[in-house]
Amino acid sequence: MTAEILLQTLASGVLIGLIYALVAIGLTMIFGVMDIVNFAHGEFLMLGMYASFWGFSLYALDPLLTLPLTVLMLFAFGMLLYKFIIKRIINAPMLSQIFTTFGLMILLRGVAQFLWKPDFRSIENSWVSGSVKLLGIQLGQPQLVAGLGAVAVTMVVHAFLTRTRLGAALEATAADKEAAQLMGIDSHRMFALAWGIGAACAGAAGVLLATFFPIFPEVGANFILLAFVVVNLGGFGSVTGAFWAGILVGVIEVMGGLLLGPQYKLAVVLVLFLAVLMFRPQGLMGKA
Amino acid sequence: MKPSMKTVALAAIALAAVLLPLLTHSPSHLNLAILVLMAAQLGVAWNLLGGYAGQVSLGHAAFYGIGAYTSTLLLLNFGINPWLGMLLGGVVAALLSLAFGWSCFRLKGHYFAMATIAVAEIVQIVFTNWDYAGSAVGLTIPMDQRGWGTMVFADKAPYYWLALGLLVLTLLATWAVERSHVGYYLRAIKDEPDAARSIGIDIARYKQVALSLSAFFTALGGSLYAQKELYIDPGSVLSTALSIKMALVSILGGVGTLFGPVVGSVVLTTIEEVTRASFGGTGRGTDTIIYAALIVGIAVFYPSGLIGWLREWRQRRQARNAASAKVEVAL
Repeated sequence: MTAEILLQTLASGVLIGLIYALVAIGLTMIFGVMDIVNFAHGEFLMLGMYASFWGFSLYALDPLLTLPLTVLMLFAFGMLLYKFIIKRIINAPMLSQIFTTFGLMILLRGVAQFLWKPDFRSIENSWVSGSVKLLGIQLGQPQLVAGLGAVAVTMVVHAFLTRTRLGAALEATAADKEAAQLMGIDSHRMFALAWGIGAACAGAAGVLLATFFPIFPEVGANFILLAFVVVNLGGFGSVTGAFWAGILVGVIEVMGGLLLGPQYKLAVVLVLFLAVLMFRPQGLMGKA
Repeated sequence: MKPSMKTVALAAIALAAVLLPLLTHSPSHLNLAILVLMAAQLGVAWNLLGGYAGQVSLGHAAFYGIGAYTSTLLLLNFGINPWLGMLLGGVVAALLSLAFGWSCFRLKGHYFAMATIAVAEIVQIVFTNWDYAGSAVGLTIPMDQRGWGTMVFADKAPYYWLALGLLVLTLLATWAVERSHVGYYLRAIKDEPDAARSIGIDIARYKQVALSLSAFFTALGGSLYAQKELYIDPGSVLSTALSIKMALVSILGGVGTLFGPVVGSVVLTTIEEVTRASFGGTGRGTDTIIYAALIVGIAVFYPSGLIGWLREWRQRRQARNAASAKVEVAL
């Protein structure tokens, strides 16, 4: 194995890891504020991909151009989902919560299949295609742009959480719901906001992926399991943790694929995930 | 002693269940009945861990697959009779459940559920790439020797009786657990883990007992599936959808109740199969949409399941009757 291959693999692992991180951020945020695991999170990503696809194939608009609109749509979708469904199960037993979001996952896949057929679709010749040579390693331009885009979106979310009053209110609700409520923060508004941001982040990840990943109704399945791993490793509720854990998972996945063959790359990540859960149930970066 | 209404009703249902294959001549109806029984048995087995001990597993397909693969591999490679293979499959699953419990029981709630998904996913990846186990292609059971000895039949009715027998066996085991000290310990662990620990219940041990029993009976279901379909592959016996189905029938019927999963399976499997038959052919996912909408609706509106809903309804009626009786006395 030459150093070049190793470096190339590492770079592609980091780039896909940044996407995983972006998917996981919304998941961890929703869990952080309301202790609900959203199994339907990969479907937000799927919807983001389809929005890009239809914008591109019907109106010849580049995914990057429609990104703000797609993100906005997903934000609204996440809020509505909270308002009409999730709100009813906040105090329900964990089983009902799991099965509500699980049912939503299957439902959204079914609806996508109904509306857009189960075919694999792809976006050809978008603004970003081909590859570039950076520091001696060959990188796909779509992957590079997706990785950088994911960093940009993550930074925006991070800035929102740390620099704005609304973001602070969200963090306060995650830290202590009752105390935040006593300070006049409406928890329902914060929950809705978390769902909106979560859906928007996953949608953005979908848009960034759409230029180089096949688009189909069940595409979310490829990401939800990895996003769970990222959320666990990064510590439930931690955006920064999810960011670093996402990169870590991306790198481990590609390295595992390189060493054991691509069919085992998911297994490598999952074994590591179980090992971490056993010894540090609060995650690698979570607080005890 | 005069038998109670409940005993009579149960006996009538049992008799009707046993005679059903003689009453219907439609293979599709009989097949639906078999699917209902098989899903009910899995739900009852899942319920031992998920309902009574309160440990939500979303990875039980791992045990199902291990049961199916063990009996099939033993039959194909060593000529071991499927009856024995089925039993051995259950034992292997129960043994492997020790590793499953060891790695997952330290985790609570969501963490446990997610870890079980990961375990099942790993098992699926292993079997998909394992040449000895047929990898992704799967394994086929020859059907040249038929009869009760080989557990291969041309006719559906024997499979129906096998599924019914397995369900009754699993129900009896659950009933025995429910009435024994283990059942009380499990409920204590589920509702008040700290209190249970403080009075000296070995929590890890009793959770493991529930898991091993659950794994054993789930694996028996897997072997029966292999004998019925005569073909298994990772997609059919190790899928996440299967894990979900096992939990779902319990939740729909009522977790932690003996007959909840049976009620759940009757409703869910019937709806699933009927929508599949009516809309599935279009390839547009209409059946999936109906199925999923139902899951969300039940989870949101009937969190205690059909049995819980029925009990509440009966209590309300009794309260109403008691109230009207009082009025009559007063008059």
